[in-house]
Amino acid sequence: MLLYEKRRSTVTVRLEGELDHGAADKLRPEVDALIMDPSVNRLVLDLSALDFMDSAGVGFVIGRYKAMARRGGSVAVTGADRAIDRIFTMSGLYQIVERLA
Amino acid sequence: MKIINEMRLDFPAFAKNEALARLVISAFMLPVNPTLEQLADVKTAVSEAVTNAIVHGYRDKCGTVRMHAALYENMALMVEVIDRGCGIADVRQARQPFYTTQEGEERSGMGFTVMESFMDSVEVRSEVGRGTTVRMKKLLDAREGEPIARQA
Repeated sequence: MLLYEKRRSTVTVRLEGELDHGAADKLRPEVDALIMDPSVNRLVLDLSALDFMDSAGVGFVIGRYKAMARRGGSVAVTGADRAIDRIFTMSGLYQIVERLA
Repeated sequence: MKIINEMRLDFPAFAKNEALARLVISAFMLPVNPTLEQLADVKTAVSEAVTNAIVHGYRDKCGTVRMHAALYENMALMVEVIDRGCGIADVRQARQPFYTTQEGEERSGMGFTVMESFMDSVEVRSEVGRGTTVRMKKLLDAREGEPIARQA
């Protein structure tokens, strides 16, 4: 079950467990259903309960960024642990996705 | 160099087995007390190699992925991820950052870059129609940080 919160035009999704290729395939339609709502212009991914992410997670974030950017929206992340933060930095994700404290 | 432990794991190319491979390689490394960072590095690199085998090697069919790992006396870890899938025509191109053959599928193209960044060495042997072997090595000595056991 996807944990999320919608406040005005911002949807915050809490990702839990491990975000690999198999998990990304399952998560993609669930998150896309949330951001399909045209009143949403900001997606915040809360990673504080995410224990693992590999480059499949990078592909997932880029895909959501593209969907939001197409309509002038944005994506931000928060709560990445050290290992996940390294993947974000290495892949240049912080150039397109805002890192919140 | 003398081998102190060795394992082989064969599993079908199902996405759910990416998590299995990460669990097994973590359990295999734990007795030599790697640091948290070394453990995360190896888990991530293995996840990338296994995902490549499943997503690219066996993109048209299912097959068996083999993970073969060995620990050496000097605390070096060797991991091979082997598939008998379609193979890679141009390994040098495949290793370029952001290169992907599946543009529409939200692939980041960062798999080999992650493996190269997190492991000490990555060798790729591949033959079209025969499959791919990724052989990675990493030294697990505790000099870079404190071992997990002492952090508890």
